[in-house]
Amino acid sequence: MKGKKKCVAMLLAGGKGSRLYALTNNIAKPAVSFGGKYRIIDFPLSNCVNSGIDTVGVLTQYQPLILNDYIGNGQPWDLDRTFGGVHILSPYQAKKSSDWYKGTANAIYQNMHFMKQFNPEYVLILSGDHIYKMNYSLMLNYHIQNGADCTISAIEVPIEEASRFGILNTTEDGVIYEFEEKPKKPKSNLASMGIYIFTAEKLFKYLEDDSKNPNSSNDFGKDVLPAMLNDGNKMMAYKFEGYWKDVGTISSLYDANMDLLGDSPKFDVTDTSWKIQSRSPLAPPHYINDTAKTTNSIIMSGCEIYGTVENSILASSVIVEEGAVIKNSIIMSDVTIGENAFIDHAIIDENVTVGKNAKIGSGNNPKGLITLIGRNTNIGKCTEIKCGAMVEEDVLTGEK
Amino acid sequence: MRAVGIIFSNIHDNNLPELARIRTLGSIPFGGRYRLIDFPLSNMVNSGIDTVGIITKSNYQSLMDHVGSGKDWDLARKDGGVIFLPPFGDISNDRLYTSRLEALKGVTNFLFRADEEYVVMTDCDNICKLNYNEVIEQHIKNNADITMVYKKCNGNDYVDNAVLTKLSLDGDRVVGVNISSPEENEEINSFINIYVIKKSLLQNIVMDSISHNKRHFTKDVIISNLRSMKICAYEYKGYYSGISSLQAYFNCNLSLLDKKNRIELFGDRNVFTKVRDSAPTKYGNCAVVKNSMIADGCEIEGEVENSIIFRNVKVARGAVVKNSIVMQNTVLGEKSILNCIIADKNVVVRDKKVLSGSENHPFYIGKGIMI
Repeated sequence: MKGKKKCVAMLLAGGKGSRLYALTNNIAKPAVSFGGKYRIIDFPLSNCVNSGIDTVGVLTQYQPLILNDYIGNGQPWDLDRTFGGVHILSPYQAKKSSDWYKGTANAIYQNMHFMKQFNPEYVLILSGDHIYKMNYSLMLNYHIQNGADCTISAIEVPIEEASRFGILNTTEDGVIYEFEEKPKKPKSNLASMGIYIFTAEKLFKYLEDDSKNPNSSNDFGKDVLPAMLNDGNKMMAYKFEGYWKDVGTISSLYDANMDLLGDSPKFDVTDTSWKIQSRSPLAPPHYINDTAKTTNSIIMSGCEIYGTVENSILASSVIVEEGAVIKNSIIMSDVTIGENAFIDHAIIDENVTVGKNAKIGSGNNPKGLITLIGRNTNIGKCTEIKCGAMVEEDVLTGEK
Repeated sequence: MRAVGIIFSNIHDNNLPELARIRTLGSIPFGGRYRLIDFPLSNMVNSGIDTVGIITKSNYQSLMDHVGSGKDWDLARKDGGVIFLPPFGDISNDRLYTSRLEALKGVTNFLFRADEEYVVMTDCDNICKLNYNEVIEQHIKNNADITMVYKKCNGNDYVDNAVLTKLSLDGDRVVGVNISSPEENEEINSFINIYVIKKSLLQNIVMDSISHNKRHFTKDVIISNLRSMKICAYEYKGYYSGISSLQAYFNCNLSLLDKKNRIELFGDRNVFTKVRDSAPTKYGNCAVVKNSMIADGCEIEGEVENSIIFRNVKVARGAVVKNSIVMQNTVLGEKSILNCIIADKNVVVRDKKVLSGSENHPFYIGKGIMI
């Protein structure tokens, strides 16, 4: 007999993440580092595993190499399975037509055969740009209990920010009667989180229909969901309460990282009952010297700290030399910070070297502008990078 | 591959009765996130040896849990990989082995099945970073029967009455073996319990020892064959820690606070260990940390100085830890003070408790004890 999975998850990980600027120059957004140890995709993947969903298709398109490498056979998430497990789904050439993924719905449509081989009753659609911990099985139960055709996970946002989101207008018992994409005058503050559960047959039908519609932009939010609603399908909003952050912009990514700090952090990754799994670096424990000071910070293995680290997040194998000061910053892996360098309100991507006495994020910065240093760059000694700057190439102006 | 590996995971359990009471030597925690077996196992993998037998005796549950299928060392293979070799008992012989030779008797099948020409044998209490290929190269070049790896050291390096196997050399050739305690200022070629030997010769030695009731590898095989066999020595020059006692264990851990040692041992980032997903370590507003090595998953609110802190340790506000080794999941309560302590896993030190050993005699707190 052919195998069967109750629910298959499809994770949209092809986004370019253009609002993350230099951070996504050569990696996909879901592969961007987070919290010292993680990459964004660890959150939806871990949520799947912790929710008992063991079949996940990861749809990649933009700069997939690092992401593919990172996911590998899925072993860090226990997703190396003989039936199910994690699968990388990239666009492919077919006999009649071959195409890039044209929109979120088209991406799923092109992988219909992948879903069908597991004969699922339900399909969970996820996106790879959110930081949150969520038990999808509770949402699935809600979907089943309500006999819904589609359930959309939603979170209450402050009403003044509601116009940035896709807003769901619902009746008291959670039935959706209207979608509004980024409304100027929102009627409710219930925002879609971009997490959908579909009854599989319905999804397959509407994806077929959508693919035949030449006027469609092949997007879930713009085309598929409104079409389903117009046809009178039962669509439910599932209210999620808890931490959820879209990390699509530099400032939201920065804020989400900073939410890990403090005595009672807004977002807790240490809770062992909902473990966030990731591919761990191979590094010895970190070392902190006599000359170092580390307060209110997160520090990963492999680091060597001789300077001062305050309100910051240091990923694996970061070297902070003597006299260097790092404040309110996020330093990704394999970065070296030279002696007496000063860094404030910065995000420094992987494999960057900051020279002696360099200053990053200098100047008066009342708005807390974030300085961004792209991966594989060198910042020369004594070089000054003004706050709010985005650096993608070597800057050696300070050197004489 | 040219060689198959054999790791004795337990041969010196008696040297560390405190730590080895609840586990075998190979699974004693070391250096913040490792277990002793990680070092020989990683050396094997880094030398391209992909068939490794681990000889065990008793208390090896934690070792099996740690090594598992061997995937963290890339040794979960269809062909070869890591193979556990627990004691082989049968009707005629229901007691556990007591010596290296007897242990090897129990693994004759493992040796028989291996296609490799050479065998690399090592213990777990000799932490080093050695490319076994270089030893095998020299072994072949010397046309040796057995090659023994040694490290030059000074008698003053030993704080306690350790018993060393001292080699007298003529060039590469071993001409004398003396098992004794180190003298003051003595220059010693100390054997570090790593052998390279041709597989067929090892099989013969084992068969011979069965029929003649020989027990002790060094005494009955090496010393009695110094003339009849070509026994050579290979000098290892890198970082070395011999875990010969609790005091040595304490000192060896703290030796990692020296940058030179850290770079020698971990600089290439190729010491493999079982991956556990702990969150990164978090430092609170009042954390003061000096000259310490701290693993992932810790929450540090208090003071830590000259110490090795393993994974998921909590140091509460006002707590002070100095010159100590604190293992996984230990919790140190507010204002507790630890000095020269080895705290095993899952220890709980309640608020305001003060514990102290001395540098020459660290105080050991057993696994799971609440103080």
